[in-house]
Amino acid sequence: MNESKRILEVKELQTTFFTDSGQIPAVDRISFYLSDSEIVGIVGESGCGKSVTSLSVMGLVPSPPGKITGGEILYNGRDLTRLTDKEMRRIRGNDIAMIFQEPMTSLNPLFTIGNQMIEAIAIHQSEMSKKQSEEKAVQMLKLVGLPRASALMKDYPHQLSGGMRQRVMIAMALVCDPKVLIADEPTTALDVTIQAQILQLMKKLNTDLGTAILLITHDLGVVAEICERVIVMYAGQIIEEAPTSVLFKDPQHPYTQGLIQSVPDMRLKKERLYSIPGNVPKPGTILTGCRFAPRCKFAFDRCISENPELYVTADVHQTRCFLYEERKVKMDGNNTFVDS
Amino acid sequence: MLSYVGRRLVHLIPVLLGMVFIVFMMIRAIPGNPAQVILGQQATAEAVAAMNVKLGLDQPWYIQFFKYLGGVLQGNLGESMRTRLPVADEIWPHLAATMELAFFAILIAIVIGINAGIVSAWFQNSWFDYIAMVLALVGVSMPIFWLGLLGQWTFAIEFSWLPTTGREPVRDPVNAITHLYIIDTLIQGRFDQFFEVVRHLILPGAALATIPMAIIARMTRSSMLEVLRSDYIRTARAKGQKMFWVVYKHAFKNAAIPILTIIGLQMGMLLGGAILTETIFAWPGIGRYIYEAISFRDYPVIQSGILVVAFIFVMINLIVDLLYGLIDSRIKYD
Ligand SMILES: Nc1ncnc2c1ncn2[C@@H]1O[C@H](COP(=O)(O)OP(=O)(O)O)[C@@H](O)[C@H]1O
Ligand SMILES: [Mg+2]
Repeated sequence: MNESKRILEVKELQTTFFTDSGQIPAVDRISFYLSDSEIVGIVGESGCGKSVTSLSVMGLVPSPPGKITGGEILYNGRDLTRLTDKEMRRIRGNDIAMIFQEPMTSLNPLFTIGNQMIEAIAIHQSEMSKKQSEEKAVQMLKLVGLPRASALMKDYPHQLSGGMRQRVMIAMALVCDPKVLIADEPTTALDVTIQAQILQLMKKLNTDLGTAILLITHDLGVVAEICERVIVMYAGQIIEEAPTSVLFKDPQHPYTQGLIQSVPDMRLKKERLYSIPGNVPKPGTILTGCRFAPRCKFAFDRCISENPELYVTADVHQTRCFLYEERKVKMDGNNTFVDS
Repeated sequence: MLSYVGRRLVHLIPVLLGMVFIVFMMIRAIPGNPAQVILGQQATAEAVAAMNVKLGLDQPWYIQFFKYLGGVLQGNLGESMRTRLPVADEIWPHLAATMELAFFAILIAIVIGINAGIVSAWFQNSWFDYIAMVLALVGVSMPIFWLGLLGQWTFAIEFSWLPTTGREPVRDPVNAITHLYIIDTLIQGRFDQFFEVVRHLILPGAALATIPMAIIARMTRSSMLEVLRSDYIRTARAKGQKMFWVVYKHAFKNAAIPILTIIGLQMGMLLGGAILTETIFAWPGIGRYIYEAISFRDYPVIQSGILVVAFIFVMINLIVDLLYGLIDSRIKYD
């Protein structure tokens, strides 16, 4: 693998929600990185902590009740968890941008597209004149493939379809040339054809602009489409990580195997889609063993009493499962990545 | 939009007509006769009868009604039975006095109420939020007359900081032009008098503002709390926007419609509250004007006075409805 710079590196991140029913470690000591211009996917069932991970990076965890309770988030080597409000505002939108699941509600209904686009520019590039910002905004809307971009500036969000709004969201996120784009289920609310178009657009922008993308999804099909590397999350933890092709060829964790089986395959025309039996553990349940053990057909005694570590099973592959303990290549002891 | 306004105004005609009719019948149901009140208790039956003829009160009620209505439709609000002056001329100084007071009060209520509500929502569960909301709760349950008397007693009598009653210094009355004294004193360059006029406005204005202020603050807070949870608020923050602008630009505009509705309603209530306040503070407004007309059974003044107040009331409603469209382009008038 060629060595490229790690633009974003999350180390042992822990984000906890302090609720009336107790402390919920929604994100439990996860570590991952994102290299320059790379597209990495984070997959996992709903409720496993994907959104909380991305909001933690943005410094936008709803607080109260949520709080980052441990770890580091290094952007270009700077720990974002230690920044002041003001310093963090300069990062948001400018260095790291984010788009969300619901294009229908993510734009302010009472301001025009132009107003919201120009606002994004004005926050970080105050030296630009009104006219320059307008041109930049129109140019960006064109870049994301929106027709009649200048007329669109005067439109309100309700005049646009869901797919168009998500394009506007992408244009708005990228208008200040961020190095990292976090996309939290950007296509989940869209229908299949639009979904494919948006994914292709993101792939294209990644190639053209060099923006690194952290793509969050519950759908391995989406990952297969554009991600170079995949991180699988379960109940707040990373349970497997590998390059996309490796993961699909050799899924190791029983949870990942189940996820892959449940991806709809057009060629097989199965009667019913496979789904992993059981449910994600209820938030706040204290689990001593492997978090997936209650749903795992391979589970044995040790799985119930002890939580496996993330074993590096091949040069670029890691799995949190005792079945792979013997296959581990090397491990640095505290679950963080070993440089390849 | 213009055709919408036109249609709304047309719809107002039957409303106002019905109101004129009800008021017309109601005041005739009050015991007592204008001629008797004008001539005094000792007046002879013949004199009263002659006066009745002069005032047109000897005619059947429907003739009186249509005569009055015909006048109103031509812009003639009738003539006071007591002073024999046209009501249209008499009413303006009183209306101006009430408008000045009500405008001052609603301005205080809006500025303080909205900002208190916004800050309370922004810093939900902070000490500011708790104190503001306890005060708002006290505010809504406060009777105006009690507030007025409390203010008078404290700031006018005990500390002598503010005048007890009236609209202007007794020894230095304002030279009325528009009858809106804030404007009159300014266009005459009488800044000393302007200052006095404002001092006279403070106590009745504050008494009148308290309840709407509390209601506006509570509505603003709850409306803002709901909006602040929206996805587009998260988007605005993800752009790196300052919390101040997230709150005052993105959130407030979305929270504004229910707040505007409540302000419109409160302005209507204010006209009612003004009558009480005017009595306590001897404010020469429309409330006192109508109140006195009732005790003199001055039928044309009562009818036209109430008609004018009702007209203002419905116009406020229309303006509020039009403002909705300015805030939210999704609202269409057709
Ligand atoms: N505002 C919140 N209050 C309390 N708990 C929360 C909140 N947001 C998220 N959580 C907890 O974090 C867990 C992970 O949520 P999330 O990251 O949104 O999941 P997903 O992987 O579907 O994006 C949830 O199951 C919930 O327990
Ligand atoms: Mg989510």
